[in-house]
Amino acid sequence: MPEPILEVARLNGWYGESHVLHGVDLKIGQGEVVTIVGRNGVGKTTTLRAIMGILRRREGSVKLFGAETIRMVPEKIAKLGVGYVPEERGIFASLTVTENLFLPPILAPGGMSVDELYTLFPNLKDRGRSQGSKLSGGEQQMLAIARVLRTGARFLILDEPTEGLAPVIVQQIGRVLETIKSKGLTVLLVEQNFRFAAGVADRHYVMESGKIIDVINRSEITEKMERLEAYLGV
Amino acid sequence: MSATALFGQLLLGLINGSFYAMLSLGLAIVFGLLAIVNAAQGAFYMLGAFFAWMLLQYVGIGYWPALILAPLGVAIFGMVMERTLLKRVYNLDHLYGLLLTLGIFQIIQGMFVYWYGTSGQPYNYPYELTGGHNLGFMFMPNYRAWVVVASLVLCFGTWYAIEKTRLGAYLRAATENPMLVRAFGINVPMLVTLSFGAGVALAGIAGVLAAPIYQVNPLMGGNIITVVFAVVVIGGFGSILGSIITGLALGVLEGLSKVFYPEASNMVIFAVMILVLMVKPVGLFGRER
Repeated sequence: MPEPILEVARLNGWYGESHVLHGVDLKIGQGEVVTIVGRNGVGKTTTLRAIMGILRRREGSVKLFGAETIRMVPEKIAKLGVGYVPEERGIFASLTVTENLFLPPILAPGGMSVDELYTLFPNLKDRGRSQGSKLSGGEQQMLAIARVLRTGARFLILDEPTEGLAPVIVQQIGRVLETIKSKGLTVLLVEQNFRFAAGVADRHYVMESGKIIDVINRSEITEKMERLEAYLGV
Repeated sequence: MSATALFGQLLLGLINGSFYAMLSLGLAIVFGLLAIVNAAQGAFYMLGAFFAWMLLQYVGIGYWPALILAPLGVAIFGMVMERTLLKRVYNLDHLYGLLLTLGIFQIIQGMFVYWYGTSGQPYNYPYELTGGHNLGFMFMPNYRAWVVVASLVLCFGTWYAIEKTRLGAYLRAATENPMLVRAFGINVPMLVTLSFGAGVALAGIAGVLAAPIYQVNPLMGGNIITVVFAVVVIGGFGSILGSIITGLALGVLEGLSKVFYPEASNMVIFAVMILVLMVKPVGLFGRER
């Protein structure tokens, strides 16, 4: 396995009193695109929130770029070089598109320039002065991804980037992910759309009841398809 | 009624209005980011005036340095209060923040009443701004002109900083979704502390500006804050531009009523408040939450 970027071990997490993550283990190496798949409510988003430090109560071990982050606050975790694209995209309604794009501070050199981003996301180019709330769902998703690509983050966490989007937009986001991968960035993706996920990912972690219950490599997808469908209930 | 009286009251209304604007602007910033109704804002106004007076009385430091130092002292005091007390109620109902700051207000005001009584301490106009100019239709005291200009510059400068700058974008974003802003690597708790400092410093500056016009009195904060909260209700809680415009407009309205119907001048703002509550409960510039 290439140099590890993220190593999660025995990760437990709580929302208030309710215990949601029950010992999650997963590993991602440099340059890999890895997904967490599973049915609704099994703890996929919570795992991402726990990795970012947004989940208040978490235990176990989360190492990013070799550093233990379980006691770190979100702003410190981000500064290690992590870009987070949350569920619901997190576009700020009171900020313009340009302000949204420039909101996350540069974390490291090597991020994409604004020109590159506009080439990758042509829809955003002429919307700079619009309020974030005026964008369509697809445009918001583009903006949410563009805004972390600017920062030079080496590890991206994407929470359901295709949720609720039209097929042609999903394809466009698929192409963006290919570009991200070709740049050598590492990606952890939560995805309901398994066809989309299968097209881009090197490995799939299957989650159920707050635990990883299976790992399926890209090469094994066809032979394990039945098992996967059973897990996902499709 | 003479034109001189009219313009004199208009000017005084504008001055009071700019104090209302600065105090409610500070409240709006703090409410947006901390979701706390800072009932101690009046105490910070009074502290600004008292710090300026104490600097002169005990250390011999005059008006101009005090204009910087007193609000800075108020900001530091406020930030210590935010770090030690307010942060404990962030995850509780808004009411706890209101009650906590109301208690803090009572303690601060009570201590100053105990130490300095309620008769008020005089604070002289800065030498450079004594006298005035005859504008033909009225006599314009230099100090009053300065207060209006300084307040307007401060208010609109603050508005510009929040709406048009990068730091302001951080503030607006943190008002919407603080956790996500943190997840981008921005130290939101620090931003919150500094914004609280800035919000109370606005009250502090207003206090220093007010010191030569009114006396420096421990009760001055309590007197103004009742009106400021009415202004906030009329303007709509949390609106930056709304608090500035409403503050100025209501000050002027109050001034005008002193000319045309003095008996009503103490209640005109509250009458407007009742009207606004009947027609648009979220306030003139407020948005439904």
